Amino acid sequence: MATAEVSGIRRKRRRSNRGPRTPYALIAPAVLLMLGFLVYPMASIFYYSLQHYNVTKPWDNGFAGLDNFRQMFGDDLFWQSLGFSAKWVAATVGFQLLLGLGLALLVNESFVGRALSRALVFSPWAVSGVLTTSIWVLLYNPTTGFTKYLADLGLVQHGSSPLADPSAVFPAAVLTELWRGVPFFAILLLADLQSIPKDLYEASSVDGASRLRRFWHITLPHLRDAIVLSTLLRAVWEFNNVDLLYTLTNGGPANQTTTLPLYVAHKATVAHEFGYGSALTAAAFFILLFCSILYLRLSKFGGDRK
Amino acid sequence: MTRLTTKTAGGQADAEAPDPAAAPPRPPAARRRAAVKRRRNDENVRKWEIWLPLGLYLLFTLIPFYWMLLYAFRPNGTTGLAPWPLTLDHLRHVWTDIGFGTYFANSVKVGVISMFATTFVALAGGYGLARYDFRGRKTFMLAMLCTQFIPGALMLVPLFEIFKKLELVNSLWSVIVAETVFQLPLSLILISGFIRNVPMELEEAAWVDGASRLRGFLVTVLPLLRPGLIAVSSFAFIHSWNHFLFALMFLSDQEKYTVPVGLSYTIGESGSDLGSLAAGGVVAALPVIVIFALIQRYLVKGLSAGAVKG
Repeated sequence: MATAEVSGIRRKRRRSNRGPRTPYALIAPAVLLMLGFLVYPMASIFYYSLQHYNVTKPWDNGFAGLDNFRQMFGDDLFWQSLGFSAKWVAATVGFQLLLGLGLALLVNESFVGRALSRALVFSPWAVSGVLTTSIWVLLYNPTTGFTKYLADLGLVQHGSSPLADPSAVFPAAVLTELWRGVPFFAILLLADLQSIPKDLYEASSVDGASRLRRFWHITLPHLRDAIVLSTLLRAVWEFNNVDLLYTLTNGGPANQTTTLPLYVAHKATVAHEFGYGSALTAAAFFILLFCSILYLRLSKFGGDRK
Repeated sequence: MTRLTTKTAGGQADAEAPDPAAAPPRPPAARRRAAVKRRRNDENVRKWEIWLPLGLYLLFTLIPFYWMLLYAFRPNGTTGLAPWPLTLDHLRHVWTDIGFGTYFANSVKVGVISMFATTFVALAGGYGLARYDFRGRKTFMLAMLCTQFIPGALMLVPLFEIFKKLELVNSLWSVIVAETVFQLPLSLILISGFIRNVPMELEEAAWVDGASRLRGFLVTVLPLLRPGLIAVSSFAFIHSWNHFLFALMFLSDQEKYTVPVGLSYTIGESGSDLGSLAAGGVVAALPVIVIFALIQRYLVKGLSAGAVKG
């Protein structure tokens, strides 16, 4: 890391003979856009979380103190949606990581047709949540869909759509999300796999290490930071993911697949309880932030590298 | 820094020269090592060990795509497993009658404008972050990481109120601005990582030759950023092409809908007409799949050039 220090010193020296305003001018457009359309709305959410604010009941509007948060603690649907969010994030991210890692290892081997295989298995990465839904609605269609063929083989029941069946809807939604989500992990982890120096493997294979040992002692430690970062980014992304569940199940059947963001969107847009919706949003933000910091701490991100 | 540069070089060599025989002659020791390695690979990883899991995964990936094509090109009422007799009726129906032609034009407009806006703003900011040390730099970086925890879906209402004040509701510009802003932090972080991987000495050499800071950047850094910029700007395009919620909430005229919004209404009404749903899916998929096919080589390379660790 000596080079980093040197370039740091150099950078400082450079700054002194240039006007100090240049970097601010360079980041100004980004800062202004983010202030106006990210920071300000976020701040207004914190503000409204302490207000009674419902456009259909304007006579009640006004300062609420912590009323909204008190209401939240007694709201069964809040706890249910939070629980489902946790379950959803754990299942989707866990399986995506496992399959993505496996896939990255596979397409990192050299074999004939590798480039084409890579392109094909990565392709669902580019597909939207709504499109994913429309494809899987076709597959899950009980009369003409793929499920009919599975039913013909006796694997599932005839005439039932997994999306309408309370016991099948969760695995069905997770499977749908995996189809689109696994390539994200595979792409990121493949990028990192390619950066492992080849001589490490050669040295260890000369020493007679088995493939499993090499994976455990070389590949996995090298990928650690990438795994931590990609699972974190993906967990936040899955927590906030609305497109797929909104179109696939719309939170149903019987609110079984309502995540916290879906519940908030419903509160804010359908029930017009914007004050309460803002309190839920603020809670979601802090829960995410807390979990992320905890995760980074526990995983000792960047630990022995620095 | 040195580590990162060698890393990129390694990644490229691996991607572009999979066949050791095509490489220029190497010293005997290296050749022997390569031979040993190749033999070990043959011993250790047998063909079926790759193709069996990969084949299964390929089926999982491709059957859904095939299923969509099947419904899109098969006449209603037939149930064969091949789209035969082939019909373009569904496609024609969604493009002209349902209005996917209009949605498509809207989505292209949103996607292209927000792609250019994101890339330019992120390029300027990324250069500032990578090459200058200024007060507030750390705070700015931290703030950008924090934005990743803001649930975009939960910002709908405050954003809606802002756009109402700006009189942009039901205008494509509201969607363009929102998509650009939500793409910015990640693009900025990625681009500043790419720029940091370009040795400062290259720029300095250009200044010694009398080039201005801007010219130095354009001549030395920009060409080297090409793979990274292609990756980032196509992320931005694909993201805003695919993103659904802002367009759903901000646009109320059917004339203004983007493709995902149109598609979501088709899903709602698909009970009877699966052919139209599938054909709408084909319209939604075509541009991103084409772009993906063009850029997927850069995707892994662009990321290995420092996205994760940058």
